[in-house]
Formats: sequence, C-alpha cells, structure tokens
Amino acid sequence: MPLITYRTALNQAFAEELSRDESVFLMGEEVAQYNGAYKVTEGLWERFGSKRIIDTPISEAAFLGLGVGAAMMGLRPVIELMFWSFAYVGFDQIINNAGCIRYMSGGLINIPMVIRGPANGGTSVGATHSHTPENLLASTPGLKVVAPATPYDAKGLMIASIRDQDTVCFMENTLLYGNIGEVPEGSYSIPLGVADIKREGTDVSFIAHGRAVLTALEAAEMLQEEYGISAEVVDLRSIRPLDEEAIFTSIAKTHRVVLIDENKPFCGVSAQIASMIAEQAFDELDAPILRVTALDAPAIYSMPLEKLQLPTAERIIQKTLTLF
Amino acid sequence: MTRIMTPTTTDLDQAARAPINEAWSEEAKIHALREMLRIRRFEQQALKFYNQGKMGGFLHLYIGQESVAVGAASLMNGHDEIITAYRDHGHALAVGMSMEECMAELFGKATGCSKGKGGSMHFFAPDKHYWGGHGIVAGQVPLGLGLAFALKYRAIPGCALCFLGDGAINQGVFAESLNLAALCELPIVFLIENNGYSMGTSLERSSSMATCLAERAAGFNMDWDVVDGSHLYALRAKLHDAMEKARSASRPSLLEMTTYRYYGHSIADANHKKYRTPEEIEAYKKNHDPISSWQEQLMQEGILSQALLESLDEAAKLEAAGSVDFAEASPWPEPSTLFRDVYAEVDQGSEAGRLGRHFFSDLNAA
Repeated sequence: MPLITYRTALNQAFAEELSRDESVFLMGEEVAQYNGAYKVTEGLWERFGSKRIIDTPISEAAFLGLGVGAAMMGLRPVIELMFWSFAYVGFDQIINNAGCIRYMSGGLINIPMVIRGPANGGTSVGATHSHTPENLLASTPGLKVVAPATPYDAKGLMIASIRDQDTVCFMENTLLYGNIGEVPEGSYSIPLGVADIKREGTDVSFIAHGRAVLTALEAAEMLQEEYGISAEVVDLRSIRPLDEEAIFTSIAKTHRVVLIDENKPFCGVSAQIASMIAEQAFDELDAPILRVTALDAPAIYSMPLEKLQLPTAERIIQKTLTLF
Repeated sequence: MTRIMTPTTTDLDQAARAPINEAWSEEAKIHALREMLRIRRFEQQALKFYNQGKMGGFLHLYIGQESVAVGAASLMNGHDEIITAYRDHGHALAVGMSMEECMAELFGKATGCSKGKGGSMHFFAPDKHYWGGHGIVAGQVPLGLGLAFALKYRAIPGCALCFLGDGAINQGVFAESLNLAALCELPIVFLIENNGYSMGTSLERSSSMATCLAERAAGFNMDWDVVDGSHLYALRAKLHDAMEKARSASRPSLLEMTTYRYYGHSIADANHKKYRTPEEIEAYKKNHDPISSWQEQLMQEGILSQALLESLDEAAKLEAAGSVDFAEASPWPEPSTLFRDVYAEVDQGSEAGRLGRHFFSDLNAA
C-alpha cells in the first residue's frame, strides 16, 4: 500500500470527490492559486479550475455563510478555515445557521457542508491560533465533528464527510500534516461514529482523538516496556456521532480508563465521555476515571512550556501508574 | 423623523410607465392588493392572540411594510430565490405560504410550517424558493450570497433577493458580503427595508452616512439606489432593473427601500411609543400607507371598485380568522419529535444516521 502524508491523503480525498460529484467545490483563503496555506489543496486549482476551487478574501463569516446558503440549495461546499481558531469570527454562521436551520425549518432543509482546517496547539503561535474547538462544536446538536489521527483515517473520513447530508466540522492538525502512513489508492470511506482500536491492550483503556491518539500510543509502548502494563488505545475518530460502544467494550475488558484530550479540561470532550462512563459503565470500573488534558491556561507561546501544556506521554504514564 | 422618500407625481407617473409595470395585468395588480390585505389581516390576528398569551417568544410585525415583500414577490420568475430576517411573515405569505401553516407555527403547533420548531422568526418554504426567516441580525446576508452562488454555479437564470433591515447594515458580515458579492459577481439584489429604527435606536443614532444607507455599496463598486418602498410601481420599476442585471449580467446591486413599521420592533418592545411620536406614525399612515395608496391608485385606474375592495378585505379577514381556528384546533408537537429534524442522516435512517450516538440525553426523557 502506498505510503503518503496526512496532507496528501486529504488532497486525494478532495480530488476523488471533486471528480465524482460536480456539486462539490472548495473555498477558503489561499486554497486555489496559493495552493493552500498548508498545501493541503495543492494542485487542485490547476486541475479543477476557478469554478470549483475558489480563493476568498479574509472574510470567514461571509464565506462560511455562503457555504451554508449554497448547501441549502444542494451544493456540497468544502470550506477551509486556515485555522479553526478563525472560525470564532464566523461562529454565528456555524452555530446558528449550519447548526440550527434544519431544526428550525422542521426538517425541510439540510446542509451538506464540510468545514475543515487545522485545530491544534503545539506550534508556538500563541493563544489566538491554537484553539481546539471540537468540544464547542460538538455541543451543538445539528453539527457533526470528526478528528482523524492518521493519514488513512483522514482520507476515508473526509470522503464520508463530503458525502454526508449534514454539516461536518473536520478537525485537522498542522503537526500531523507531514506524518506518513499507508493509504490505499482510489476511493474509500470510513463511516462517522465508528471508533478504531489503534492498539489492543488488557490493563487500561486510553480514549483519545486527533493527535492525542499518537501521544497515547507512545505512552502505551513505554508503559509496556518499563512497567509491563498493557494499554488499549481507542481512537474515537468521530466525536459526534460518538462510538460509545467501543468505549464501553474496551472498559469492560480493562476496567481502568484514562481519557486523553488536547482540549482544555473544563467541558472538554473528555469531560462528556467521563460523565457517560460514570453513568453507564460504573460497575466495570476498578479505579477512578482519570483525564490528561491540555493544562488549563490559554495556549502559551514559549516553546518549552507549550510542549508541557499539551498532553505528553510522561503525564499519561504518571496518571496511569496511579491506577495500579 | 425617519426619512421618507416622497417621489413627485412625475416620478410616479414615470414609474407607472416602466415596461415592467405597463406589462402588469389588471388581475395581477388586484392580486397584489389582495396579498397586502392578507398580510395585514393575518398579522392583526396574530397580534390579538399574542396578546392573549397564545404564542411565545417575539412577534415582529410587518404592518406598514407590506408593499415591499409583495412587490418583490411579484417580480420573481420561478428561478429566483428569496431570504429575509426575522420580520418574515409578509415575505412568507407573499411567496405563497398558507396562513394556516404560518399561524400554526406562531402557536407552536405540529401543523406549523416548521412543525413548531422555528416560531415567528423562522419560517421556511424551499419549495417556494423561500429560505427563511432568520433571527440573528444580518446572519442571513451571507446565506443570500450562497443562494446566488448556487444559481450561478448551476447556470440557472435567476437571482437571489436578500432582505435585511436598516439595523443590519452595521454588522460586519454585511460589509463582508457586499465585498464578496461584487468580487465574485454574484447574481444578488440586497434589499434594505429601511423602517427608520434599529429596535429603539433611530437611523440617525445608529448609522453614519453622507446621504443614505445604500450609498455604502459605492465603496464596493456595486450599483445602488434608493426607492420609495411604499409604492408598488416605484419599487417594482427599480427592483426589476436590479434583478435583470443580476440575472443576465451577474451584477449585484443594493437597493434601499424606505418604509415604516406601525408597531414596535417586536410586540415585546415596551418603549415603542417613547422613541417615536404619535404624529410621526400618523403622518406615515396618512401619506404613505402602502395599502391605502395602492387602493387609490387602482381606483384611479378604474380597476378597483369599492365593492371589490370590501370583498377582498372581507375574504382576508375570514381567512385570517380561519387560520387561528386551524392553529387552535391543531395538536402540539409530540415529545418524541424533539429529536427529529436535527440530523438528516438520522431522519432518513441511513447507515450514517444509525452509526454512533448522535444525541446525548436519554431519548425517552421527552
């Protein structure tokens, strides 16, 4: 199977869907002639032209709203945010319009749109460019949220998201764009709402999404080598819809759980999952539910401190050892 | 005092002789009167039952502005799309939504146009090219861009009519949208319904301008004009030209329709008698009421008799009263419908709708 980057995997997903479906178009800042601020859309403008690949001015609210309006009419917009942090100037369009119009119209309208871009800290760009709003978005019924960790998942989930009848908020990560993995050629889709066991284990379950999955895998290897503890890593892939069965099945096997989350702790994705485990899987637990999240301050600029602010393998290991 | 355009008799004669008005049939002119009467009688009934506590939330009445929605709807060609803000009852009726489904929505009933899930501010009828009904000031403006974008993308010979109030022009997204419309050459007409007040704040206290609001389009190299929104001939003449420019040349425009609302921003607007004088309201009713002036026009043209007028009005009143009966007799939405119409995939029972958990409360809780 070819080895390609996360960035190329996404690019292939766009090319597949642009070729397959005339109603798909890409829009955003620098996506066309510049080839994408992070080169995710490289080559697509040359191949598909200005009708399908569209550069916008720096007007997130306007082009997010344009996407919603076009999707109401049956087109399938894929709207790039250079950073998900920039969504905050267009939140009305995402929450009130993409999120609520179907409901407020009594189901007369659906909005098949993908909003995508990187949502991560860890690149020393300060708090305004380092937000991880998957928890904010997933708290809006009507929106779907996915966060792939690997090139394989990125391509398959993007194809599924573009074909979905509802708005999908697709959370990428600038630190993952260059990662390489095995990705099939051609088209395939990975359904939303299905988690993936990235590592089998018997002693503790790590539940994570996005880049935190890779940190969890690193911690799991070290725990095995140094302490003989076997950790299972559940990659959620999709936050909403959520594969709760995968979470409960893993906990029924290991009886211990650590939730790993690059969100801040207050009302983060892991807070919701912790509540569900407490309510629905309490009897399976031999130890308290623990969380490893981003440290609860705005994303710091200074490089060594920012590395500490996001979940690290060391922090995961320390937390996990307290369970045994 | 809000600035009301007072066109001269010559202006109105000229507008009446515009080809789009010359070609307007007598039947269609009477239909326009019927529609304005229907909107007014519908809203008067809505007001009565709002005050009786039969409906929740806000009620933003369109009374006084009826000519704008009716005039615009009279120009739509079957390919054109329309979207507006929260003062949306007039547009809904003008494009052909029924009084029954609209009144039932106000009452929060299952038979409402949005099954009781949207309320007064959120009426939709995609089958009639009507895309809402939007509650956040200016939130609908970029959606209008999207409608126009989709028309152009699919080479459909229509345009998007994007309505907004005079208060909406001070939201950032309005400026962003004008820029994008001009830059991408989208087939759209923005229509500011300038009723003089952003809730309780007058035009003079909310908008910095040289001569008018529409002039802001000049900075975006976009065509603009100011129109007497109370007079159907005047507004149809200019709006038709703007719509044709959008349809045939993909050129956007911004039109400012001067108009007036007789009631407060909403019926919950406790100060509406404080920020406007009774004289101001009476002056508009006397000199610019869109229904009275259209009646006079049609009588002068010999199309309308007193008897016909009375029968049209009586029919509108009966229909409005009937819509209340329908709404009152309609059932409330079932608790089980609370989780429907959130995700299309779930509603359709597709594979994507069945995988994973979509709702995080107990579905039996309702």
